[in-house]
Amino acid sequence: MAQLRELRSKIRSTKSIGKITKAMELIATSRITKAQARVQASRPYASEITNVLSALAGAAANLDHPLLVEREQPRRVAVLVVTSDKGLCGGYNANVLRATEELLSLLREQGKQPLLYVIGGKGVNYYRFREREVTDSWTGFSQQPRYENAATVGESLVKSFLAGADDQGDQPGEDGMLGVDELHIVYTEFRSMLTQTPVAKRMAPLEVEYTDEQPPSGLLPTYDFEPSAEKLLGALLPKYINTRIFAALLESAASELAAQRNAMKAASDNASELVETYTRLANQARQAQITQEISEIVGGVDALAAVGSDD
Amino acid sequence: MAEMTVELVAVERRLWSGTGSFVVAQTTEGEIGILPGHEPVLGQLVEGGIVKVTTTDGDTVTAAVHGGFLSVTHDSVSVLAESAELGEEIDVEAAKQALTAEDEAERTRAAGRLRAAGQSV
Repeated sequence: MAQLRELRSKIRSTKSIGKITKAMELIATSRITKAQARVQASRPYASEITNVLSALAGAAANLDHPLLVEREQPRRVAVLVVTSDKGLCGGYNANVLRATEELLSLLREQGKQPLLYVIGGKGVNYYRFREREVTDSWTGFSQQPRYENAATVGESLVKSFLAGADDQGDQPGEDGMLGVDELHIVYTEFRSMLTQTPVAKRMAPLEVEYTDEQPPSGLLPTYDFEPSAEKLLGALLPKYINTRIFAALLESAASELAAQRNAMKAASDNASELVETYTRLANQARQAQITQEISEIVGGVDALAAVGSDD
Repeated sequence: MAEMTVELVAVERRLWSGTGSFVVAQTTEGEIGILPGHEPVLGQLVEGGIVKVTTTDGDTVTAAVHGGFLSVTHDSVSVLAESAELGEEIDVEAAKQALTAEDEAERTRAAGRLRAAGQSV
């Protein structure tokens, strides 16, 4: 008896878990489409700003901006990690954090001291639990990042990068602020609905790619600059970094949703499988119970008949 | 009639693209008017500025542009902006409210948005 009741309550709870995971799967599915559309919508700006930068790089031959120059002895390195705010998305966060650990140990081997900048509640908790120092963190926008979020993060990173330009070894330079010499970012790239890969990239110093290739229209147009090329570059480069961060945030958001969808699909499938198994067991238990009852009745009748025939 | 491709691109979306015959914008150096065949220019636009495009159909497209750049080549103009809104999309009431905001940058933006929406400030 008790076993049957237990099984029935297990079936009930598994069914309701299944309903929840199914709902989450559907929500994630509908959000992925939106997230992908946002990735698409941000492409024109990214390609335009790249065009402008390369035009600027082509026109002003001797570019000199802190964001472009390799530091001689990079000591301190900022690593920006993009994780999610919420869980229930399978191995998404674990993968990003593992990639980060790999990057961190690589940087340490090169004699650089990494500083952690974390986006997303899961990453913050991960490092807090391990009592690791996090220089700065931002949360609350992992699924729907806005450009302002990327700009806030970017400003803080660029500020610390520029402050690192005049550091003498481990001593802060004239500005009295201890900055960093390199900027790295670790985020998850959205390959497809089924594959999302964590990637680590260096954001600054930027690598300017000079190509010998002639543009399709023949000669490079000679640009006029308003204001001067140096000032323009100074205004443009931080925005370019922001764009890179924003693109990474959007990719990560799409990846997070895809990972969540996959995890929830697996959970729903498991739930329906479990319900099936439990239903079988419950049926068996019910049949056993009925058989028992029948044999008890038959036994009783037999016993009564035996008593009657004795008279 | 001479024409050029004009693109208004904000970070989160492409705002408008089409062909135009005249574009007016304000760079940090001053106002600039661009006709087809203009010499190539890269410019930084002022905060809270507006960009006006006269299309080949004779219509005018106005947009409020914040934190933007202007890139002009022989036959195309692209305006890049951190955030931008087309004149008809602007919430005039909200912009008027923002005009009284504490933050100065906020006020400049609001003024730009109102101008783009065709209101006098």
